[in-house]
Amino acid sequence: MMQEVATRSGAAAAPDAAPDAALDAAAEAAPVLLVAGLTVSVRTEAGLKPLVENLSFTLRRGETLAIAGESGSGKSMTSLAIMGLLPPPAVRVTAGSIRLGQTDLTAAPEAQMRHVRGDRIAMIFQEPMTSLNPVLTIGTQLAEAIRAHEPLPRAEARRRALAALTAVRLSQPERRMHQYPHELSGGMRQRVMIAMALALRPEVLIADEPTTALDVTVQREVLDLLRDLQRDLGTAIILITHDMGVVAEMADRVIVMKSGRMVEQAPVRQLFHAPTEPYTRDLLAAVPRMGARAAAAAPAPLPAAEPVARLSDVVVRFPVRGGLLGRTTLNVHAVEHVSFDIARGETFALVGESGCGKSTIARAIVGLVPHQGQITVGDHVLSAHGRDAPKALRRKVQMVFQDPMAALDPRMRVGDLIAEPLLIHGIGTAADRRAEAADLLRRVGLSPDQIDRYPHEFSGGQRQRICIARALALKPDLIIADESVSALDVSVQARVLALLQELQQEMGVAYLFISHDMAVVDSISDRVAVMYLGQIVEMGSRAQVFGDPRHPYTQRLIEAVPVPDPAHQRRPSVRMTGDLPNPVHPVGSGPERVILRDVGAGHLVAI
Amino acid sequence: MVDLPAPAASTPKSTLRRLGERKLAMFGFAMILIVVGAAACAPLIAPYAPEEQLFDGLTLEGAPLPPDARFIMGTDLLGRDLFSRMLYGAQTSLIVGVVANGLALFIGTLVGLTAGFFRGWIGATLMRFTDLMMAFPALLLAICLAAIFKPSLWIVALVIALVNWVQTARVIYTETTSLAARDFIAAERTLGASTGRILFRHILPHLVPTLIVWGTLGISTTVLLEATLSFLGVGVQPPTPSWGNIIFENQTYFQAAPWLVFIPGAAIILLALAFNLVGDALRDVLDPTQRGRD
Repeated sequence: MMQEVATRSGAAAAPDAAPDAALDAAAEAAPVLLVAGLTVSVRTEAGLKPLVENLSFTLRRGETLAIAGESGSGKSMTSLAIMGLLPPPAVRVTAGSIRLGQTDLTAAPEAQMRHVRGDRIAMIFQEPMTSLNPVLTIGTQLAEAIRAHEPLPRAEARRRALAALTAVRLSQPERRMHQYPHELSGGMRQRVMIAMALALRPEVLIADEPTTALDVTVQREVLDLLRDLQRDLGTAIILITHDMGVVAEMADRVIVMKSGRMVEQAPVRQLFHAPTEPYTRDLLAAVPRMGARAAAAAPAPLPAAEPVARLSDVVVRFPVRGGLLGRTTLNVHAVEHVSFDIARGETFALVGESGCGKSTIARAIVGLVPHQGQITVGDHVLSAHGRDAPKALRRKVQMVFQDPMAALDPRMRVGDLIAEPLLIHGIGTAADRRAEAADLLRRVGLSPDQIDRYPHEFSGGQRQRICIARALALKPDLIIADESVSALDVSVQARVLALLQELQQEMGVAYLFISHDMAVVDSISDRVAVMYLGQIVEMGSRAQVFGDPRHPYTQRLIEAVPVPDPAHQRRPSVRMTGDLPNPVHPVGSGPERVILRDVGAGHLVAI
Repeated sequence: MVDLPAPAASTPKSTLRRLGERKLAMFGFAMILIVVGAAACAPLIAPYAPEEQLFDGLTLEGAPLPPDARFIMGTDLLGRDLFSRMLYGAQTSLIVGVVANGLALFIGTLVGLTAGFFRGWIGATLMRFTDLMMAFPALLLAICLAAIFKPSLWIVALVIALVNWVQTARVIYTETTSLAARDFIAAERTLGASTGRILFRHILPHLVPTLIVWGTLGISTTVLLEATLSFLGVGVQPPTPSWGNIIFENQTYFQAAPWLVFIPGAAIILLALAFNLVGDALRDVLDPTQRGRD
């Protein structure tokens, strides 16, 4: 115990006392963390199966090491192994060592690991809501975390907590101390997590996909914050991410992993400009980049013919009931006066951050939520209260959801799932439908002999192909793709996007492509609408919106996207303060309606 | 880089074959067969009539006889052969266990599914009624119902079902609401699937595991509830034996003649266990996502 306290206070003192440049340089060179030959295995009935194999790296003070890889590459297992948090009893370290200073973490008993965690190595997770205790205030949680490692009086711990909240640039830190996690937005919660992680000045910070669940503008702030804090505190960071843009911006060195093995390790510039391994090259090639598509290839002249879908002045509000009589007291203004057309065979993209109403529009078009205003699909006008849309209309619009596993009934065979729309609409005999399902499987790049499998027997990308096949079964005019590629790894994402484009050329189907990912939208869309708080603030062809963004929000969105090129110089931009305004308004009032003005050639911008 | 190839298709074994590979399930299945067989063939197997009070079935002091070569399970307070009573009692207990429980599951599922899927005022009305039933003492309700109807085996089963459906309805309601909010149900809606199709093809199959667990767990409760009703005089009427009422008739002599309580008690536990084992195995075998994980 005494020894523990001694090491800890020594570690805590180190970042403050560094006036001597020579001493500092020596400290820089010395590795903080040394991983050698690390192998993590899971015990299965067929014996030990390695999840991470023979991984070695060193981490120096003040350095950011990115571990990049697709799902299943073993990058999260590595971080859990370092923290000593591998899920017992099946998964454990079977070979190699992890040395933090003089301690071998693989051999350290749990009691010692408890002191290491939080104190010398801290971790932030992807999902900040689940990492915070929902029934304790932010201040209490922070103070408890500090007191767990340092015997401070309560008041002193709270003072330190407040200082930590101020350091992560949280607005109104005193007020935040008394708030509960659910009262904060996702970005604010992640800052609280960072504050908690850094309050004890650990030597190593492991950030496991720290910004994946955040909106792009919030991601920008969190990344900036991490970089600034690292500069001030000299913490070494292990950044685990699948996003090569984030890697390019943050990392000094990069490890690329694939199926548990290290593929390549290189300084960031070298990795991006001269990757040696084919896998790294493929991975980098698959990353969607903004502005990569030639502007000339774009604007397909819009056919003046009847659009496949037309929205005019569509409004969606969700009532919030309250008070003794359960009357509607507030309205969530999800979609406000939105109008646009989707032409036959084009890809119309809706972009915006979470809560901007883009998915609500999709749900209104397929009749899952009631709306006001008019939605016309083909020659049918959608009834305002949703639900009972006529079957004929269902045939014209289909939807592909974000999570293919959730969107497929796990108890049905793939062939039955794909043939089901035909069955519902009474098309063909059972044999015809099965043949059609086999044909559709082939078209989306799967083998027809997989027709009797269940969804869980496929990978994520394959499942999304099944969803696409299902949407195609009725030969619709419009397919709504609601964040359909967001959950996929980049290489799989690139292939699914290519498939969508191929099918569009073959079948002339139009897409309403909904995404938060600007780079993906830039690579696939013909026309783009940017949404902010339920309203469209800018709309035009892809070249207009991405080449010449006029609305400040569009500019900010484009600016915020991490560029997968370490040489890219970011223009200094104003840091945003505060969070998105609230879309909840009392009955009778509402947000101010924006007016779109044509700035030339159909490029509409809110003024 | 490439999408992972789907794992080699699991060999298309029939559900029965896969069930057959589970030893515990087979044990449970054998137990159930034995009980069913014994109940069905009771008149053939039973050495005595169940109601017959044997003159030599009691000691000279009038105490029941412990198990011996002649009365393999001993005799009860009135000198009746316990083995014969157990065989005939199996008929009653099985009928009550299976029929009452099945009926309770059916009512519970119907109410829970309807309320959970439609919500709104239909759901509210149904669930408030369920709460009301839950708050009402079950035994009192059963006594009232049994008093209204003329007691018979089938009426007892009906009464038990009318008391026991409540818990099932609650559980099914909760599961249905969460299922109805899942994406694949929204996907079905966008395809234009009818409500009936969504309910019976896409929601009901997901409820099967829960139903199996509730169904098998309910067997022992049901058998015991029947015994309680018999004890209170509103269940199966004596001298018709049931496993439950054998326990209740003899419980006061538990110390002097433990076999009278122990044997029917063990029978109830074993029957419930057997149903549980089979139910568990059925649940796993019927779930396509569990395939290949045996």
